[in-house]
Amino acid sequence: MNKFTLLNGLVVPLDRANVDTDAIIPKQFLKSIKRSGFGPNAFDEWRYLDHGEPGMDNSKRPLNPDFVLNQPRYQGAQILLARENFGCGSSREHAPWALEDYGFRVIIAPSFADIFFNNCFKNGLLPIRLAAEQVDALFKAVEAMPGYRLKVDLERQTITAPDGTVYPFEVEAFRKHCLLNGLDDIGLTLQHVGEIAAYEAKHRAAQPWLFA
Amino acid sequence: MDAQTLYDKLWNAHVVRQEADGTALIYIDRHLVHEVTSPQAFEGLKLAGRKLWRTASILAVADHNVPTTGRAQGIADPIARLQVETLDSNCAEFGVNEFRMNDVRQGIVHVIGPEQGATLPGMTVVCGDSHTSTHGAFAALAFGIGTSEVEHVMATQCLLMKKSKAMQVVVEGALGKGVTAKDIALAVIGKIGTAGGTGYAIEFSGSTIRGLSMEGRMTLCNMAIEAGARAGMIAADDTTINYLKGRPFAPQGAAWDQAVAYWRTLHSDDGAQFDATIKLDAAQIKPQVTWGTSPEMVVAVDGRVPDPATMSDPVKREGAERALQYMGLAANTPITEIKIDKVFIGSCTNARIEDLRAAAMVARGKHVAPNVKLAMVVPGSGLVKQQAEQEGLDRIFIAAGFEWRDPGCSMCLAMNDDRLAPGERCASTSNRNFEGRQGPGGRTHLVSPEMAAAAAIAGHFVDVSVD
Repeated sequence: MNKFTLLNGLVVPLDRANVDTDAIIPKQFLKSIKRSGFGPNAFDEWRYLDHGEPGMDNSKRPLNPDFVLNQPRYQGAQILLARENFGCGSSREHAPWALEDYGFRVIIAPSFADIFFNNCFKNGLLPIRLAAEQVDALFKAVEAMPGYRLKVDLERQTITAPDGTVYPFEVEAFRKHCLLNGLDDIGLTLQHVGEIAAYEAKHRAAQPWLFA
Repeated sequence: MDAQTLYDKLWNAHVVRQEADGTALIYIDRHLVHEVTSPQAFEGLKLAGRKLWRTASILAVADHNVPTTGRAQGIADPIARLQVETLDSNCAEFGVNEFRMNDVRQGIVHVIGPEQGATLPGMTVVCGDSHTSTHGAFAALAFGIGTSEVEHVMATQCLLMKKSKAMQVVVEGALGKGVTAKDIALAVIGKIGTAGGTGYAIEFSGSTIRGLSMEGRMTLCNMAIEAGARAGMIAADDTTINYLKGRPFAPQGAAWDQAVAYWRTLHSDDGAQFDATIKLDAAQIKPQVTWGTSPEMVVAVDGRVPDPATMSDPVKREGAERALQYMGLAANTPITEIKIDKVFIGSCTNARIEDLRAAAMVARGKHVAPNVKLAMVVPGSGLVKQQAEQEGLDRIFIAAGFEWRDPGCSMCLAMNDDRLAPGERCASTSNRNFEGRQGPGGRTHLVSPEMAAAAAIAGHFVDVSVD
């Protein structure tokens, strides 16, 4: 997994609540057996004017000029500013894969759906919850200033705006540790093989029918 | 010891170890696997040279991509076919128990787990699918995971997670005529919103819940995720135990008695504390119909499409305006005046035998309205299909002009060929009415099986709670 430490990134505002994972990556692209290459189809139904299918040359498809990701001032954005309940719906990890492959490293929203939030951390993507009023203020600031960037410092748990405003954010200590060091969860868990085996033996003795 | 919630009991029984910040390693008893969210996990294992920790904990089935007609000819779409074949070859290589596409036991993963007795009370159950919450109906701790976690469970039999908060949703009293578990689920979501349960595990309790069949309980827990809760659950009782007895994966003989004795303890203790409590009066719940593009955009069938102009929250108002535009609906339209083009009866929410019986009762001796282009019934599994055919339900549906299909996820998410054309409006027993969910530009209204069948017959929504 990619490490995440510091980012000074361009911000794009996606001003809708309840953005679901079907919108982030539509189902037709879930037929892939790979975990890469989903970026060109992130937000496919909003981003293009035609209907996308796997295998199309996305560079030749007509873009929807009204969709915020297509506006010239937001090209190269690495920070997605979103509204409440971002990532609701399906558990598909293809959603964070698509966002990461597009180039995002940070998503800021007042709230995230639980499974999506969790999936982000497995892919070097940092989801940050801020208070709704703070997110509101950021939306206004981004829209008012072309080239608006934010500095995200995971070690210090701060976001710094161009005007110097600092927004502290919360992140669970364990997730932070994994993200800062780019650690693979499975490798970490396998350090506890003995404890897992001991638990399993005890569990089997208590509920043998689970192991029949 | 302090009074514990059902969630406390299930959680505590599965903690392998705990980090200082509360992150715990939780042991997983049952891992259900399907073709869409597993190929990258198997590939990851192979690349790292890792093995499955406990092969027998896994049950695999292809459901999302499978066709619901002409299955003997295989899957026409080469990309979908490759995904299903990849599951087959991964399961063969790793020795995983898989019900293949033409096995009568094949079906939607959340239908076949319980049907086989592979979901048992007291278990932790995971699957790379958000509707894994369904299995909580059996007093199990069941939740959806992403593909990285699928791989993690395969390799370690564990998951790293923090305990959620506990919410109880208490529903008391008798349900009115034509009101089902689906209507309870939609009413709860209408009340607390699609993010209302975020960060919580929800336990459904109260006399109404105790009175539900296992099918109804599964419908309700299935939609816990649409309220934002990763897990929904219901205490074990006679209904749970009677459902499981004799199922292929359920314990037998002395092991059964030992298991039942444990399962009887799987309920919240008197005086257990919850972080949040929601109460509903069953008598106040009417058949529900969603009008927008989120399950929380829902009203009773005797209501009207809401007017965004009356909404004070600007984010909600804008969302409602966008939803009405997408749905092609005008504010204040009576729900019963909304005409439909297609009907879908199926999905992990509502494709079990009781759902099909209820829909067939409505359709019996009647015919699908001329304006309805397609009304399809997709049983949840091959065994549900077989049972329905033994009861003659297939003949009722076919005589009424419905199509009778093979089992799978089908038009709930339209990964196979079953989908809406742009602008088409569907009465659907599925769980998500998101933009494009049932096909690009498709318009979904979530309802119960009774309501879907009645809409198919009338050509528009009707209130099944009145004669």
